[in-house]
Amino acid sequence: MRTLFKFNGGIHPPGNKERSTQRGIARAPLPAKLVIPFRQHAGEAARPVVRVGDHVLKGQLIGMPDGYFSSAVHASTSGTIAAIAAQPIAHPSGLPDLCATLIPDGREEWIPHAAVDYRNSDPAELRQHLRMCGVVGLGGAVFPSDLKLRPLRGHPNKDIGTLILNGAECEPYITCDDMLMRERAAEIVQGAEMLRFMLEAGEVLIGIEDNKPQAVAAMRQAVADSGLPFEVVVVPTIYPGGSAKQLIRVLTGLEVPSGKLPTEIGVQCFNVATACSVYRALAHGEPLLSRIVTITGNVRRAQNYEVLLGTPVQELVALGEALPDTDRYIMGGPMMGLPLSSTAIPLVKASNCIIAASDKLFPPAPPALPCIRCSRCAQVCPADLQPMDLFWFSQSREFDKAQQFSLFDCIECGACSYVCPSHIPLVQYFQFAKSEIRAREQDQRAADHARERHEFREYRIEREKQEKAERLAAREQAAKQAQPPAASATPADDAQQKIQAAIARAREQAAASRPKNTDNLTAQQQAEIAEIEARRAKAHERAEPAGEVADNHSEGRSQ
Amino acid sequence: MLSALLVMAGIAIVLGAVLGYSAVKFRVEGNPLVDKIDAILPQTQCGQCGYPGCRPYAEAIASGEADINRCPPGGEEGIRKLADLLGVEFKPFGGGTVLKPKAVAFIDENLCIGCTLCFQACPVDAIAGAAKQMHTIIASECTGCELCVDPCPVDCISMVPLRENIATWKRQYPVFTLVAAK
Amino acid sequence: MPRFASFSLTNNMSAFFAPFISKPDTVSAIMLRVLLALLPGIALYVWHFGPAILVSIALASLTALGTEALMLKLRDRPVRHFLSDNSALLTGWLLALSIPPLAPWWLVVVGTAFAIAIAKHLYGGLGNNPFNPAMVGYAVLIVSFPAQMTHWIAPHGLGLAELDFLGQLEYIFLGALPPNVTLDAVTMATPLDTLKTRLHLDEPVNQILQMPIYGRLGGQGSEMVSLGFLLGGLYLLAARIVTWHIPVAYLGTLFAAAGIFHLADPAHYAAPLFHWFSGAAMLGAFFILTDPITSPTTPKGKLIFAAGAGLLTYLIRAFGSFPDGVAFATLLMNICVPLITLYTQPPVFGKKGPASGKEKGRP
Repeated sequence: MRTLFKFNGGIHPPGNKERSTQRGIARAPLPAKLVIPFRQHAGEAARPVVRVGDHVLKGQLIGMPDGYFSSAVHASTSGTIAAIAAQPIAHPSGLPDLCATLIPDGREEWIPHAAVDYRNSDPAELRQHLRMCGVVGLGGAVFPSDLKLRPLRGHPNKDIGTLILNGAECEPYITCDDMLMRERAAEIVQGAEMLRFMLEAGEVLIGIEDNKPQAVAAMRQAVADSGLPFEVVVVPTIYPGGSAKQLIRVLTGLEVPSGKLPTEIGVQCFNVATACSVYRALAHGEPLLSRIVTITGNVRRAQNYEVLLGTPVQELVALGEALPDTDRYIMGGPMMGLPLSSTAIPLVKASNCIIAASDKLFPPAPPALPCIRCSRCAQVCPADLQPMDLFWFSQSREFDKAQQFSLFDCIECGACSYVCPSHIPLVQYFQFAKSEIRAREQDQRAADHARERHEFREYRIEREKQEKAERLAAREQAAKQAQPPAASATPADDAQQKIQAAIARAREQAAASRPKNTDNLTAQQQAEIAEIEARRAKAHERAEPAGEVADNHSEGRSQ
Repeated sequence: MLSALLVMAGIAIVLGAVLGYSAVKFRVEGNPLVDKIDAILPQTQCGQCGYPGCRPYAEAIASGEADINRCPPGGEEGIRKLADLLGVEFKPFGGGTVLKPKAVAFIDENLCIGCTLCFQACPVDAIAGAAKQMHTIIASECTGCELCVDPCPVDCISMVPLRENIATWKRQYPVFTLVAAK
Repeated sequence: MPRFASFSLTNNMSAFFAPFISKPDTVSAIMLRVLLALLPGIALYVWHFGPAILVSIALASLTALGTEALMLKLRDRPVRHFLSDNSALLTGWLLALSIPPLAPWWLVVVGTAFAIAIAKHLYGGLGNNPFNPAMVGYAVLIVSFPAQMTHWIAPHGLGLAELDFLGQLEYIFLGALPPNVTLDAVTMATPLDTLKTRLHLDEPVNQILQMPIYGRLGGQGSEMVSLGFLLGGLYLLAARIVTWHIPVAYLGTLFAAAGIFHLADPAHYAAPLFHWFSGAAMLGAFFILTDPITSPTTPKGKLIFAAGAGLLTYLIRAFGSFPDGVAFATLLMNICVPLITLYTQPPVFGKKGPASGKEKGRP
């Protein structure tokens, strides 16, 4: 038996996982429309590389990774790109983001793809392959996996002693990893071996909570069948035991230092579903096009479905047969999930679960009372923070103090809000404070940058002045030696005249409703002009709603 | 009586010597207050405060010549920080200053005549172009100071407010009901 | 600026955020369970000293609720919502249990009103008061009305005379006694008080403790009340409403301090168990010092806080001019709470110093 460790805190909310594990994973039918966001991963959004009207094949790249911290986005099926525009997505802001609308042609026609012989490939090439396959962490953080496989900067030779596969799945209701482990254990084990190979890791531990005995058995069987020296470790069920840092602590006894990556202590952690998608990407050359999503809660048929990325939530809700009193939907679990503003929102790489909710299922919390400093939140905090102090500082906007009390070590697991007898939405305060601090840092950076540029400009002007003076002095010197000057118009006057003439020309141009040069145009030129006009109109349009947003902001501040 | 006087005088001399010594020993070069104020100002260099840039305004505040509530781009937050730093009361914007949403300048390239007047006005060199060439704003460098708007002889520069997007979105202060509305 | 803005939400969605589930526990339920935990002590109080204490508790409850409602109204807070948190009721009960049951009715009313209005609401209401309101009320009363604060009822069978319930009511509300009874006949100095006075007369402790008002552990009757509070306190521990830190550190320090002095000079210093079971030690250990609002939030801080209170309680009892020291020890330690909390912050996950990098437990 392996010695397990404990982390402080944690809670035991009711699991409610049984309902969605009664049936196996089913494949969701092809929807009539897919909405594929270009930002499905942590980091920069992918850059669109297709145009409206293009026909794409299943697995074709439609979004190119943009910058270091980014990942690729693909067409989940074959069809036609109907639009590339901002559409509502699952985001706490409720703001729309750039998405491609794909109308499937129903043929599911694949782009050519082939397996990669990973054992004879360069690690950097493999990482690039995973990046172009859009493989990101499917546990919820959607961190590009290729970046996690990179050798640690500054410590190129740091060994990864332990590779951890996270199958803990601690949040209530969610069972997508559980079902994946039961049904595709062999693929996960193969994926783990690929990850281990790329990391050159020593041991491989697969951590699964003890409320998933079937998954444990399936994984153990798969490991035995593969003959690989992996160990399936059963860990106690506790929320948030599936959070990477907490799982690393439980399995190895090591704490990931605050603000550092697990690789610094020689550990790397991947979700089991990520391992599965690594396997698909290397063994079949398939990019990440689908994932397992649980539909549960206030539904008649709770089940897990393999869903194409971009499928609108309503398709899944229809499969689950939501009960009539359902009035809202949550993406994710009941502890950290996101309430959805509409069911037209697409399922993305981060979507592990959709919970249909009603007042009966999740009774609204009683109205809040002031904090009585009972410190129950501190007792359950897995990051060993003092949430009641952080709350105090956040709500009085003492952000420096909040930071001093390690606000950014908060993992927003919600355990504090869960136990709060005053029912204070603690996590919302922490998110607000974090967001505000980040915005301020950004403003400060912008100000510093502007100051630098301003100072450089002043220096430049000074230098130019000096150079001019030197030039003048030199010329005077030369003039004195030659003939006395006879010119009347100085160069400055000349410039003024030219500017005046140009102004007059421009006025004429602006005054004429239709410039003269638009009389005899080809159709192509006309189209170009129309496009430019449309762009300009859009720029003005963009100007309008911003005013409202700013108003809301000042309103928010005055609270 | 005499001894008391002597003791007091002795203490005064010793303390005076300590103060004088530390004034020489721990002398601070420059004016750190100006730097601290300047660090709070948003560096738009817009001159809306009536001074020709952020640093001159910082100097004016430090010398007590200017009030702290004259920097619209800094917002109320900026005034609050200045009030904190200087240990004075917060005051709302004065002197007809209006708060505007953050914006960047936009040059209508169809109208621009390439006169270079705007980029002579730009305090942060955020306009690219050359004489008789169309100019363009480098949006990421623009501080939204509006200094280029007036010099333009053909009125081709407009201010486009920045729209909130997912990258710039900020969470609002959590507000929750104390009493359930019935 | 109100800390809790109350206005209707325009968007139903914004009232709905993670986590969507919560433990069915509320402030009012916690306070209610603390009140329940006081019941065994109160029952034993009635058994040994008659029902007068029930009158005090009723008076204190009414005053507490009334003052709370008035203050909430003045401060423009939703009255019903805050009144239902039971915290005012708890303050009233604790104060009533700290003062003599035969005290005139206005004493209870003044003390409770002061506790709620000044010590609680002037500091910002629930959650913001730095001092334990009940103990502030007690301190005000003992300083302002020392004579009335000595009207402790003699336990059954020890007084020269005994008042029935009607007689007690008459005295509390009208200050009238039956014609042939004097106040001194029905009241009696507390065991701690008696000990103090007698020690001044150079009597040895063991001789004093032979007097009839002393029982096996502390005072006759009052030791049973203390046992009742201990019982309630154990329930609070079992129900995880209070953590072990404060009661253990408080009683431990009190025991240790009393033990050291008792061992050194048993003739002048009473035994540690006597200190545990007399006065308000048990009430303080489980019900007063454990008030979360006025005690530190960190485990280490709780230990320091309670140990300080235990030591102060003993010092006041042994060397001070007041017979009991729980109230002043509590208030003095309340002052130190912010400092203690600040300096006892537990290490944050991932910031536990070099030890966290140690490869411990690796196979």
